[in-house]
Amino acid sequence: MSFREVLNGVQVEINTILRLEQITKSFGETLVLKGIDLSVYRGEFITLLGPSGCGKTTTLRIIAGLEIPDSGKVILEGRDVTFDEPNTRSVNTVFQNYALFPHMSVEANIGYSLRLKRVDKATIKNKVDEVLELVQLSGYSKRMPHELSGGQKQRVAIARAVINQPKVLLLDEPLGALDLQLRREMQTELKRFQTHLGITFIYITHDQEEALNMSDRIAVMNEGAFVQIGTPAEVYDRPQTAFTARFVGSANIIEGKLLSQDKDTVTFSCGDGIGIANLHSTPLTPGQSIAVAVRREHLHLLKTAPENAHGFDAIVKEKSFSGGILQILLSYGEGKELIASRHGLDSNLSPGDHVFVTWDPEHAVPVDLENPA
Amino acid sequence: MKTKRRNGLSLLSIMPLYLFTIVFVAGPLIYLLVLSFLTRAEVWGVVNKFTLDNYRNILDPIYLKTFAESFKLAILSTSLVVLIGYPFGYFMAKLSAAWKRYMMLLIMIPFWISSLIRLYGWIIIFRANGTLDGILMGIGITSAPLKLLYTYPAVVVGMVYALVPFMIFAVYSSAEKLDWSMVEAARDLGATRWKAFTTVSLKMTLPGLLSGIVLTFIPSMGLFFIADLLGGNKIVLVGNLIQEQLMKAHNWPFAAALSVVLMVLTSLMIFLYRRITNVKELEGLI
Amino acid sequence: MKNRTKLPNVYLGIIIAIMYLPILIVIIYSFNTSRISSIWGGFSLKWYVELFRDQSILEALKNSIVLATLSSLAAAFIGTIAAVGFTRVKLRSSGFVEYLSTLPIMIPEIILGVVFLIYFSLLGLPFGMTTLIIAHTAFCIPYVFMLVKARLAGMDKNLAEAARDLGASGPRAFLDITFPLILPAIASGMLLAFAMSFDDVVISIFVTGVNTNTLPIKIYTQLKTGVTPKINALCTLMFFVTVMLGLLFVFITNITNKRTTTKESSQ
Repeated sequence: MSFREVLNGVQVEINTILRLEQITKSFGETLVLKGIDLSVYRGEFITLLGPSGCGKTTTLRIIAGLEIPDSGKVILEGRDVTFDEPNTRSVNTVFQNYALFPHMSVEANIGYSLRLKRVDKATIKNKVDEVLELVQLSGYSKRMPHELSGGQKQRVAIARAVINQPKVLLLDEPLGALDLQLRREMQTELKRFQTHLGITFIYITHDQEEALNMSDRIAVMNEGAFVQIGTPAEVYDRPQTAFTARFVGSANIIEGKLLSQDKDTVTFSCGDGIGIANLHSTPLTPGQSIAVAVRREHLHLLKTAPENAHGFDAIVKEKSFSGGILQILLSYGEGKELIASRHGLDSNLSPGDHVFVTWDPEHAVPVDLENPA
Repeated sequence: MKTKRRNGLSLLSIMPLYLFTIVFVAGPLIYLLVLSFLTRAEVWGVVNKFTLDNYRNILDPIYLKTFAESFKLAILSTSLVVLIGYPFGYFMAKLSAAWKRYMMLLIMIPFWISSLIRLYGWIIIFRANGTLDGILMGIGITSAPLKLLYTYPAVVVGMVYALVPFMIFAVYSSAEKLDWSMVEAARDLGATRWKAFTTVSLKMTLPGLLSGIVLTFIPSMGLFFIADLLGGNKIVLVGNLIQEQLMKAHNWPFAAALSVVLMVLTSLMIFLYRRITNVKELEGLI
Repeated sequence: MKNRTKLPNVYLGIIIAIMYLPILIVIIYSFNTSRISSIWGGFSLKWYVELFRDQSILEALKNSIVLATLSSLAAAFIGTIAAVGFTRVKLRSSGFVEYLSTLPIMIPEIILGVVFLIYFSLLGLPFGMTTLIIAHTAFCIPYVFMLVKARLAGMDKNLAEAARDLGASGPRAFLDITFPLILPAIASGMLLAFAMSFDDVVISIFVTGVNTNTLPIKIYTQLKTGVTPKINALCTLMFFVTVMLGLLFVFITNITNKRTTTKESSQ
């Protein structure tokens, strides 16, 4: 271990605000979390991204103290808080359905945590006004929750959770109930709040667009374990597993056998042809099975195969147009399928056409087929 | 550990219900069962000697007749309650939201008023030279008092009157959940009004209807005071028999046996209801 | 689907009219001067005056109010904390005990009366107010318990958690959030229980003592032995009290409905 590495380690330790160590949790017979580890850095916006039922909400609830893990530790600012009551942790949550107290006004909702701390009334009022301004709801303090729109409730829930200046703010799919346009607006807003407040955000979503837009880092979760943790660019462009490639980038997974490799590329057999992909990490042995992720927009469909090109023949099966993007379903090899996409309607392809599928090697990433358990 | 402490408080909070239920619901019911197998003492009280005589006694033709009478009245009253209450609950579910609320209130109020007050009203109506006679004789339909009070029809009217609200609530609560667009779909697909009703609406409101039947049939065997006040001593129901055996004849073991039988019949009906509808709670109970 | 004809509404009207007919008759005759109810002798308030001079009726009224108040309060306490407790702990026996506790409103009243009569004499409890309160509490509990339980089931579980998250201790979160939100259910359950207890005759007849009359028992014995028009006056008064309670119940239920709207719109 070099001096530099040690130094980096110390740096990371100081910068870590929250650490999860080997957390497991089961409900009845189902193992929901299979021993997860995670370090969250001070001031970052980290997103837990995964399909529903992958254990991300449970992780959040364990951090908040609303669930107690079966084993493992939650370390907040160097202190073990695993068994601390939720009210004693400097962590606040924005709930999925906002959980605004229906019998309290906006003002009373937001000021609740300060009232519990017996802060004097004038200070509470000032602070409430301050956060209301931050979330652009000045003048709404006397409203009752049922008089607010979805987006407004959302803002009140955030205001309520940040007024106490928690060390970490947990957000459980806060935009899930909003319509598409409002969701896009709120993404920008959330990022703005986070920068303004300087609070660490742990954000949960199953929407990869949201995760890619807002996060400093993304932790991709599947079946109770993290499959990849990294920056949006890493997760999107260099997925390590087929799951990440499919879930984050909606990528195609092309399977084949390794033929040869040189310094930075691998060549493999697939369909009735060969493929070339960039080599990112582990060296492989010839003859080994290999899976490569290629995103839909990176697949080129050609009428005729150019000479010396890598790729394979495929047949167009279906076309569908939605959201300005044309999706083309292809079949190749023995019953295998791929999806390619194009911007705009322009395409001379029709179902039944034979095409040659190829791609730029740098857009093809070898991935693990199985999730590391 | 923290979880333990949280559970401790919750455990404490369900204890009163546990205690009360065990001491004052389970205890009495178990004792009822025990008592029904004990022997009646010569003059007063009970002897702790096991016997099946109390149940054998029920098979005595006199008592069997009472059960038969009770059943007959219960079936008659329940049928009338269905005929009157079902359309009411069904039509009520079709009203506008505001009218639903008014209607609910209108039925709640008489339902909440002591059944005795309402019975008393019927006594005034039915009694010789009472309101009904006054009207009928006034417009010349009858020439002499009908003497309706203390007759079988009077008891039936009293029963139906007392029990109809149960049926209305039960049917209404399940008809209210009915998705009317399904009825429209049936009509759209070519069903006549009647056919759409029998194939869609009736099927969907069946839990309510059955719940209403359970809620009316069971009490109609026990409402001894209606038979008492509107039927004089002429109509003897299981309820009257139990009350008589308990309060007048002081044959407690026999009264207990009669209660057990009535209880078993009740449980059987609720059990059947659950089997047929797969619903745990009776529809519209509260 | 709207009804094409007015016939259903006519039907509803007729049935409602028949429902109110006997009550109306009792009210009308309470203002009748004549002692015989079939003859109208002119308007008078004399039966109301006599009613308030009748010590035994006033005594019965007092008993009824005390009985209904105490048993609905006891039921509110036991039923509410149990309903809350059951959302947090589940013992293997919970389901069975829950079922048992709702039995008193499922089985015919007369059986409940019989059961209590024999049981109380087994225990050697003196018949009177104590036995009445126990018996009434037994059939009052299910009303509160079931209403509060339904309210809790319909309530957003995250609300109490949000309070905990914001710094409230467990009991504090209950007092600040859960309790105010289930209060309407407790109140309407109590009102229902009060009304049921206030009107009960069947069970009361079995478990009351020789010297303790409740209003319904008093009316029942009068109806059996011979009525004075004082009873009409009494019934009329009870009618208006019940109407008030009914309106109160509807009012509370409306508040509850309004509060639940927040939850629906967020999903």
